[in-house]
Amino acid sequence: MSGRAELDVAAIRKDFPILEREIRGKPLVYLDSAASAQKPRAVLEAIQNFYANAYANIHRGVYQLSAEATALYESGRDRVQGFIGAADRREIVFVRNATEAINLVARTFGETQFKSGDEILITALEHHANIVPWQMLGGRRGTKLKVVPVDDRGELDLQAYEALLGERTKLVALTHVSNAIGTILPLKKMIALAKAKGIPVLVDGAQAAPHTRVDVQDLGCDFYAFSGHKLFGPSGIGVLYGRLPLLQAMPPFLGGGDMIETVSFEKTTYAEPPNRFEAGTPDIAGVVGLEAAIDYVEGVGIDAIEAWEQSLLAKADAALTEIDGLRIIGRARDKAAVLSFVLEGIHAHDVGTALDQAGVAVRVGHHCAQPLMTRFGVPATVRASFSLYNTPAEIDVLVAALRETRELFG
Amino acid sequence: MDELRDLYQATILDHNRKPRNFRVLEGADLHADGHNPLCGDQLTVYLELEGERVKDVAFQGTGCAISVASASLMTDFVQGKSLDEVESKFEDFHEMVTSEPDSPVQTPDIGKLAVFSGVREFPMRVKCATLAWHTLRAALQQDGSTAKTE
Repeated sequence: MSGRAELDVAAIRKDFPILEREIRGKPLVYLDSAASAQKPRAVLEAIQNFYANAYANIHRGVYQLSAEATALYESGRDRVQGFIGAADRREIVFVRNATEAINLVARTFGETQFKSGDEILITALEHHANIVPWQMLGGRRGTKLKVVPVDDRGELDLQAYEALLGERTKLVALTHVSNAIGTILPLKKMIALAKAKGIPVLVDGAQAAPHTRVDVQDLGCDFYAFSGHKLFGPSGIGVLYGRLPLLQAMPPFLGGGDMIETVSFEKTTYAEPPNRFEAGTPDIAGVVGLEAAIDYVEGVGIDAIEAWEQSLLAKADAALTEIDGLRIIGRARDKAAVLSFVLEGIHAHDVGTALDQAGVAVRVGHHCAQPLMTRFGVPATVRASFSLYNTPAEIDVLVAALRETRELFG
Repeated sequence: MDELRDLYQATILDHNRKPRNFRVLEGADLHADGHNPLCGDQLTVYLELEGERVKDVAFQGTGCAISVASASLMTDFVQGKSLDEVESKFEDFHEMVTSEPDSPVQTPDIGKLAVFSGVREFPMRVKCATLAWHTLRAALQQDGSTAKTE
């Protein structure tokens, strides 16, 4: 993964107003895009323009403004459909974030399809968002959680996975990319193995959508969840993709306006997907912003983004490996631009505070993946994550700040 | 790095490297666990009392430099003090680490604990500095609960 990608990072940085900020008198070095990505001007302007010129509620009014707002909202759905290669626009449900998307599936599909003793198979790499909803479901329905282990590199044990795909497995719920250590799962192969046994597969794509091409039909998954805010879109908008026959068979998630067909006090009939799952006034401006974000990503080119991030990862990995006492957690061969590490004898939070002094923003802690931290025997790590607007020079700032941190705590 | 050195004063770094009173107190009258879910800091504070006075105090656990040094310095500080005094010193300490960054630093007779005055510049770290104290208080109340900073 060496060589220069065709990505003009200087031009890209000009698209992100926040990158002009200083933190404690130093230029901001934002290495926390895996937590949330910064927003390009195009997204900010799209939202501003929508509120200033085309805002009204959707799916209701007969007046022109409402029709315009509805058209914008629904064109966002078309845009997402194209972005992830869904077969039908009705397969795109707007939610708040990937967490809500997974909870939606647990509360509707899980609640009606699973019974006591059924197994849900997840991996040791999961974010709490793809663990806790299934545990909550288990509390209500008596389902069991099974976990595919990872090896010392942070790669999934595929033999164990195959062995765990059993008679009782009713759902496989997998992350596409580990948020904590960057491992990219061999998703297509894993999905094929599950589907060969007739087991539906949900993918938590929160970390994948901003960095790699997602094609849900090629992957063959049944559900795919992601968040807008990690994709340079606004916070508060996310997407659940679900195969249409599954969505059609699922009961509603929340009850209210916009998700109904007819209501009387005796009986209510529900709208078809996706409206069935979009009760109440949705985040209309969020969808407008998300569409602008997808336009932005596709304008730069997802392949160029991926190549650029991989070049940053290679440089950072090499540079950090040189630092005495620094141990990188997770050395998967197929890995996204996420570097999780510990500095011997220095707690991650102290490292985070020290880096902040140098203007470097990183995530420290368990990254909402406590079981994975336990697997590697660390209470917390420092995580630097790279995105399209990061530069090799910023990696130099990170490395220098880490060396100073080591000196201070010596 | 100046603000950073204000936060991580030499005394703090020293107590982080070599925490004092870092042991299980056999025969402790009281003990409590403290947990900072944000950072994952985890402490147990043990107390032996003599009437209304601290006869011995110790701690064990893991955490960041601020929380470990705070526990270490706290256990040194409260040895032999009356329970009323412990409570009032906690209030002084708390006041110091949560005061407005631009206000004059108030360190009314809290001895070495004044090294934590830099914490107020780092609001995200206040919970680290106060975890040991919250845990000590929980041990004194001895209601079996885990002290949390959240």
